[in-house]
Amino acid sequence: MRTSGADAILRSLEAEGVEVIFGIPGGAILPLYDALARGTTIRHVLARHEQGAGHMAEGYARATGRVGVAVATSGPGATNLVTPIADAWMDSTPLVCITGQVRTTQIGTDAFQECDITGITIPIVKHSWLVQDVEELPHALKAAFHVARTGRCGPVLVDVPRDVQEAELEFSYPDHVSLPGWKPPRRGHPRQIRAAAAAIVAAERPVLYVGGGVVNADATAELRAVAEAGRIPVVTTLMAKGAFPESHELHAGVPGMHGPKWSNRTLNKADLIVAAGARFDDRVTGKVSAFAPGATVVHLDVDAAEISKIRHADVPVVGPLKPVLAELATLLAGQAVPQRTAPWLAQVAEWRDAFPLRYAPGGDGDLLKPQRVLEALRDLTAGRDDVVWTTGVGQHQMWAMQYLVCDRPRSFLTSGGLGTMGYGVPAAVGAKAARPDATVVCIDGDGCFQMTCQELATSVLEDLPIVVVVVNNGYLGMVRQWQDMFFEERFSQIRLTHALPDYARLAEAYGAVGIAVDSEDRLDEALSQALACGRTAVVDCRVDPREHCFPMIPAGAAATDVLEYSPEQDAEALAL
Amino acid sequence: MRHTLSVLLENRPGALTRVAGMFARRGYNIESLAVAPTDRPDVSRITLRVDCEERSLEQIEKQMHKLVNVLRVQELVPGEAIERELALVKVAAPPSARGELMALGEVFGARVADLGPDSLVFELVGSVETVDSFTELVRPHGLQELVRTGRIGLGRARTGARSRPRALV
Repeated sequence: MRTSGADAILRSLEAEGVEVIFGIPGGAILPLYDALARGTTIRHVLARHEQGAGHMAEGYARATGRVGVAVATSGPGATNLVTPIADAWMDSTPLVCITGQVRTTQIGTDAFQECDITGITIPIVKHSWLVQDVEELPHALKAAFHVARTGRCGPVLVDVPRDVQEAELEFSYPDHVSLPGWKPPRRGHPRQIRAAAAAIVAAERPVLYVGGGVVNADATAELRAVAEAGRIPVVTTLMAKGAFPESHELHAGVPGMHGPKWSNRTLNKADLIVAAGARFDDRVTGKVSAFAPGATVVHLDVDAAEISKIRHADVPVVGPLKPVLAELATLLAGQAVPQRTAPWLAQVAEWRDAFPLRYAPGGDGDLLKPQRVLEALRDLTAGRDDVVWTTGVGQHQMWAMQYLVCDRPRSFLTSGGLGTMGYGVPAAVGAKAARPDATVVCIDGDGCFQMTCQELATSVLEDLPIVVVVVNNGYLGMVRQWQDMFFEERFSQIRLTHALPDYARLAEAYGAVGIAVDSEDRLDEALSQALACGRTAVVDCRVDPREHCFPMIPAGAAATDVLEYSPEQDAEALAL
Repeated sequence: MRHTLSVLLENRPGALTRVAGMFARRGYNIESLAVAPTDRPDVSRITLRVDCEERSLEQIEKQMHKLVNVLRVQELVPGEAIERELALVKVAAPPSARGELMALGEVFGARVADLGPDSLVFELVGSVETVDSFTELVRPHGLQELVRTGRIGLGRARTGARSRPRALV
């Protein structure tokens, strides 16, 4: 088939089964957009900012497990994708970014809207291609999708000069691609898996420490089989929220800086940590030298470079988690003595009961408590299996992590590793494009919301309705908390105000439903209305700015040195 | 501790940048680096020298293996590999000093690559230590300019390709 490079890109995406792409046109990518206008089966969602397009593609990928695709023009279009690419890199989200580039004859001349985007993104992509010959285009795209989703998932970039999009080629999409240097592991070593099983059988206080890798590997059923066969408590990291049902009796909460005290205690008092698709992130371990000092470590990961990177692995298993966990479950089913962990599970349950999440209840006329907003959302959606949550980054994100209950994978989409404020709204739009049947709710902070709220226009005009719940405390709340706790209350450049902008009216300006609520009495009604309206809605929840997110392990402290909410201190603060 | 790594990679634009960039990004410093195509024009070999702990070395190698253009990573273990360096050394050489300098060169097997009225250029191939000693010896005569390729290396012939491929767990 004789076709242009631009058409070849679309035919390649169609051949990959891509249904939706997110982007914004511009000079160097015009031929591709012309090809879109001439006809394709692919839906294009027009974002308002390339960062939004990138996060939408991430939200789409996280909600489905498929590769997300973002498109932008050269220069500023491409650089606006840098944040989503870095985000996808840190959270191992499969993402293909296609950028226009100036003509090959102009490359290197500082032409209008030229920038070396392949150079800029080298540290944050798995691989990238600057396609200089139209004949290489199908191969590059095939390779891009292959690399993005095999091994440890992540972002790739294909930069296509305008004249390459315009040049003609005899198009056929390759069935396979030859990448001699890309050989992700295809199975775990049976001996290592046996050693892992033996370590689990011998342990008295085992814990499964589960990260986002299990979700990426689509291995949640296998994980559950392992946990149930060995009667092992499971902690799921922020990236793995929902990878193991949170209402399951073996679920032991979320470890880390703002995880419940009992979850961190469970992980730190273990005699065996079975890490699955997790990377001992500093937000989980706290001070590494003090982390789980008595524990033997079994580390299962598809990425060999994560093994012993932070914490030495006594039993390393490199391989794709789905077959590795399946094999482990089979071995445990034959060997494990389920009663063996009964005393340990009883201990964990005792800690759970002893250390519940706590915050100051609001009194009459008191300001709405942010935690209460999350509890209300949890209760209003209880039992529903069609809700997908997204978040921004900060206090509201941590409260969402603490209070929402997720029983299914891919139902909690958040920016973990990079901590990208502004992720929530566009990720929700992307998730809605992926799951039109789902109710997609973005829990956002007022600071985060203002970074990407322009995508409300995309949500409304593309008929991708989402509910945004702004936990509006009028501050950059997490920064405020750190300044309060670690900088002697010297508040510096954190005040945003509750009322400027007026979020409900801003929503209305975008053609969305806007609701403001500042008291507990009206909270359920406002949230119910937003959840039921079937339109894009923004609920501006004006909450108490004094609330800190507890418990908290200060950065660099041992995971057992937890700062907690104290009613006494709270009373003192209020008296002042 | 210093380690020499031999890396085979696809000879493509940007491949070297990806390797070098990985070192910079992860906070490791490359002490020396030599790169050129192998017998296969589509494959290049990098020989690089890095000063790091054994544990960091393992991390470097694993991270390098993840680069799509990288085909193979090996450590050249001292004693099991030969390492050489080429140096061009320009020394002040008035007629009165030429004789002594050339005798010195002969001891080290250095060839005179160029000769001018007041200076000469030695071409020396040898181990890094040999190049070091030679440059120190000629320095008092007036070392004007020096260029070194950085070390290149291969596993020894007698042990076959016994440069140690790093275990990937």
